[in-house]
Amino acid sequence: MNSESTNSKELIVKSKTENLSAIRDFISCNAQSAGIKKEMIENIMLAVDEACTNIIKHAYHSFPDGEIKIELKYNHEKFTILIIDYGNSFDPEIVPDPDLRKYYDEGKVGGLGMYLMKTLMDEVKYISIPGKFNQVLLSKNIS
Amino acid sequence: MAEFSTAIIEKDNVSVINLKGYLDAHTAPALEENFTQLIDNKRFKIVVNFEELAYISSAGLGVFMAYIENIRENKGDIKLTTMSDKVYNIFDLLGFPLLYEIFKTEDEAINKFKESTN
Repeated sequence: MNSESTNSKELIVKSKTENLSAIRDFISCNAQSAGIKKEMIENIMLAVDEACTNIIKHAYHSFPDGEIKIELKYNHEKFTILIIDYGNSFDPEIVPDPDLRKYYDEGKVGGLGMYLMKTLMDEVKYISIPGKFNQVLLSKNIS
Repeated sequence: MAEFSTAIIEKDNVSVINLKGYLDAHTAPALEENFTQLIDNKRFKIVVNFEELAYISSAGLGVFMAYIENIRENKGDIKLTTMSDKVYNIFDLLGFPLLYEIFKTEDEAINKFKESTN
């Protein structure tokens, strides 16, 4: 691959959990083309799965006909994933870091996905334009 | 579509759930059903074998949190075993080793239940 060139790829799927495997395959396939090593590919795949699971459950409240658009851009330095949805907007600031003890006492969990995304990726950025779209940008330095 | 399946095997009065494939938000309900079924049948000593699990997301981890309190209140436990390094790392990142006993082999996990009943 030419070190100057940036590759772009796009996947559009409906907001159904059954599409998570297609989303992971899309990421893994392109991350392999980008020459990323296996362990890092698995981390990126998981972060994108978590982002899309949050969109399906929270932005679309499991309504299956919403649209999720995933745009990839990568070059020899950076692998970037932009995920866009048109569901309810959401404020990532209100998601606390996970507290397993508290979850244990309350018997429910939340925020695990967000924590994994922040831990596994170099950059996680949310932008919401209420009533229009939400986007989350994930990136990983690969050089 | 990602495949996921489970099989429950009774061993020494312990129920072993074998996981296979990909555990994500789509497939987590199948595992929830296993736990519900075991709890309904008052089977509270549970070992989960991860040997053939290729992938887990937080939706899968959430299943273990959802049932653990009920199971421990009934003098049981969920013990985890035979995880790949990759799967263990995700559990570890989220702090699960503080709340769950994780064993290298299924026998060790089953034996731990025997010790506590003797």
